[in-house]
Formats: sequence, structure tokens, C-alpha cells
Amino acid sequence: MLKVEKLVVRYGAVTAVRELSLEVGQGELVALLGPNGAGKSSTINALTGLVTPASGRIVLDGKDISHVRTEDRIRAGLTATPEGRHIFSNLSVGENLRLGAATRRDPAGVRQDIERFLSLFPVLSERFGQAAGTLSGGEQQMLAIARSLMSRPKLLLLDEPSLGLAPKIVARIFDFIGELKAQGLTLLVVEQNAKQALRFADRVYVVSSGTLRYDGPPARLADEHGLFNLYIGG
Amino acid sequence: MDYALQQLLNALAFGAEYSLVALGLAVVFSIMGLVNFAHGEIIGVSAYSVFLAAALGLTSPFVAVLLAVGMAALAAVVFERVAFRPVRYAPTTTGLLTAFGVSIVVQNLFMLLISPKPQSVSILNGLNQMWFFGPFAVSSLQVMELIVSGLTILALVLFLNRSTLGLAIRAAARDFATVRLMGIKANRVIATAFAISGALAGIAAVFILARRGSVSPDLGFGLVLKAFVACVIGGFGSLPGAAVGGMLLGFIEVGLLVALPQEYAGFRDALTYAIIVALLVYRPEGLLGQRIELGDKEI
Repeated sequence: MLKVEKLVVRYGAVTAVRELSLEVGQGELVALLGPNGAGKSSTINALTGLVTPASGRIVLDGKDISHVRTEDRIRAGLTATPEGRHIFSNLSVGENLRLGAATRRDPAGVRQDIERFLSLFPVLSERFGQAAGTLSGGEQQMLAIARSLMSRPKLLLLDEPSLGLAPKIVARIFDFIGELKAQGLTLLVVEQNAKQALRFADRVYVVSSGTLRYDGPPARLADEHGLFNLYIGG
Repeated sequence: MDYALQQLLNALAFGAEYSLVALGLAVVFSIMGLVNFAHGEIIGVSAYSVFLAAALGLTSPFVAVLLAVGMAALAAVVFERVAFRPVRYAPTTTGLLTAFGVSIVVQNLFMLLISPKPQSVSILNGLNQMWFFGPFAVSSLQVMELIVSGLTILALVLFLNRSTLGLAIRAAARDFATVRLMGIKANRVIATAFAISGALAGIAAVFILARRGSVSPDLGFGLVLKAFVACVIGGFGSLPGAAVGGMLLGFIEVGLLVALPQEYAGFRDALTYAIIVALLVYRPEGLLGQRIELGDKEI
């Protein structure tokens, strides 16, 4: 579904991503792991088009989208939940969900989806009319993922869904990510928290200093302790 | 009593006009970080359109009003497309200088193509009459100014709270990149904000024309400076702040006009700004602005 070839991202003189290639197949959950500053978020931002890569190709469903604008990539079925959640804190929970569906033209379907997420996350229902900035970190992450799903994407990129959250809440969020996978959604999950990310991953890429260090099944990564410790720690 | 009522209406009408123009500045600033000092020239384009249409034989004030508002919105969108879009991602100072550039170029076009001298526009004079309510005489223009501004602000609030594009504008004020992640076109959000800003300036232009009965190349410039001050009072980038700041500025100005004895009238502006400075010492972020912690970084 997604194919990235020799992606290079530079910020001035600093190279954040060096010739990174990766693939995500239909229905797969692929984890992209690595320490802080490895170039994971730069990769995600290049995939959504918020950052323009210096070189490389991004292919979605056989179509080269390297030069397609962010807005049109979302319309093509790719979406991302950014690092740090980035919910619209001055808008209400309901308004956040509505904006997530901005590309859709079926108001009835949008209402149905909102209802579905509200019953899935009752706390969002209780806070429906309140400013989203008043939610706790975990609730904001739920809202951010739900907001991404409102566009009915084919491929969801999740950037550090565990960032700044308590372990119990992280586990719940990954339970939900596992459910999404079971429902057939294709996911690329960027994480520092390897333990949670590996629970449902079909395949794993490990990056550090912008370069790919490992590519394969999660089981082998766990076996190769040296690699695991070196790049991920713990 | 008559005098007090008259001055209250004066303050409200001035305040409403400042609010309209300040809201136009704020709506663009909130999403782009651009202080559009060419906003006054949008008022100018609007007023000159009415002048030209009248010269070409337009007689209907109703059509003149539509023309004023429509041309102002169009001018704002054209300014954005031609001048501001190329420098959208440049540093803030570049945008500010671009705005001054647009302002100077457009003012000079008015001078070269029409005339540096004020031109008479009488088509909207009919809006400015005296209405008598029992013992009270009030200016119809001021009453209309108040009502129309109120309705306009109400419409703006509804738009920003109900429509998807309105929600996107509010969201973009905080986090533009994430709005794009929702699949909403950045250009559309910005063009809409400029169109709104222009339409608000166009409504203000109608009232200015009806009151002055003439148009000159520097018509909007002074007003935009006042609107800028209103934005600072309210908290720059805050839309409710712009509306409140505009009203407050109207009340301070008229209040001083009433309170100051004739021989001290020359101190009016100085006192106005002294009050504003005192206010900003007390609340540096403006009345409804958000305090920005220095050294804080958005993640």
C-alpha cells in the first residue's frame, strides 16, 4: 500500500533522514522504532507532506505522491496523528471530530462515525461540548486518533501515541490500535516505547541517526538483544 | 439627557466602526501572523469602486452597498494571492514590509489614476439623516452602524462556530499544520479569512462614505492605525478582543471629548494613548489575549 524509496530529509545542513526505504502492505501494522532524534517524526512529516524531502519517492497505492500537497494526500486516504497529539485545544471535542471529517460529503455517515467514537470513548461523550484542551493527556490521544479516523483513512500514521502518557493508559491506547488492525486498517506506528509497539506489529523497522538499522519480524528483533538494547534501550 | 444619549450613541458608533476594522485585522493575523497594514487600502478600493460606479451612472444606494462590500472582499483576496502568498512562509517582518509596500503602491495608484484630491461621493448620503424619537434627535447613520455591526459580528460568530471552514479558521489560528492534516486546503482557509476581513472593511467603508461624502487616497490609513490600537488593547489575534478593544477605544475617545474642557482638547489623543499604555502595563497581553511565556515552545 505504501512504499518509500530512498527518502532523504534535510533541515539546512542537518540531514535528519538518510536514504530510508520502507514498505507497508495492505492490512499490516508496521512499527518504526528508534531513539529520540532518529528521524522518525521527520519521516512521518515527509509522508504527510508537511516537510518537503530533499530526495526520494513516496508511492501510495501505486501512485507517486512525492509532489502531492498534504491536503490531497489526506484526500487520497492517508492520514496521520501527529506527535504530541495536536488536538485543537480551543475547539470543543465535537468540533475536533467534525474537522476530522472535513473531506467527507456524507453528513449522515459523519454523524454515525461520531456516535461510534463517543460510545467507544464515553469520556469524549461526557466532554463533547467542552474545549478539548481540558481533556487529560490520554483522553486527548484518544480524541486525536478518533479525529484521524473520522476521515476514514486507508492508511493511518501514528506518531508516538505513547508520548508523555502513563503506562496503563499507553497499554489501553495500544489495545485500541490492535482493534483497528483487527478491523483491517493499515497502520504505520512510530514509537520509542518498543514493548507496546511490538505487541501487534507484523514487521519492524529500526532507525537511528536517520539510517535504517533493522528490518524484519518483531520476534527476531527481541532475540537480537544487542540491537534491541543499542537502539531502543531496555 | 439628550446630550448624554447623543454622546453614548457617538461612542457606540465609533466603537462599532473600530471593531469592524479591528476584526478584519485580527482574523488575518490570527491565522497568518500577518499585520495587514494594507487593510486601509481595502477600504480605499471599496470606496473608489463606489465613486467610479456613481461616476458611470449608478444611482441605487443598495447596489452601491453591495458593490462596496463585494469589491472590498475581492480586493483582500487579490492582495493575498498577488502579494502575501509568495511571502507566506517568510519571517513576520517580511510580511509586515510587504503590507506596507502594498499600501503605498495602492495609495499611489489612487493618486495617479484618479486624483490626489478628495472626490465627492454623494450616492450614500441618504443613509445619513436625522431621526426624531419624541424629544430625541439621533443620526440614522449611527443607529444603522450599530445595528449592522452587531448583526455582522453575530454572523461572523455563527460562521466560525457552525461551518467547517469557520471551524478550520479557528483551528488554524492555533495550529495550521494540523488543519492541513485534516485534508483542508491551506489556500482555501487563508483566502476565506482574507475575504471575511475584506468584507468587514467594505461594510466600514460604506459608513465612512455615508458620513464623509467624499473619498481620498489616504481614506483608510488612519482608521487602520486606530484598529491596530484596538487589536492591541483587546489582545492581538483574539477576535473577541478586537471587538471589545474597538468598542473600548470608541468609548475612551468620545469620553475624553465630553470630559475635557475646550482649552485642553488638544490633549485628547495624548490622553487616549496614556490610558491605553496604562492598560497595557497592567495587562501586557491585552484584555483578552493569551499570555505568551517567553522561552516557551510549542511542541
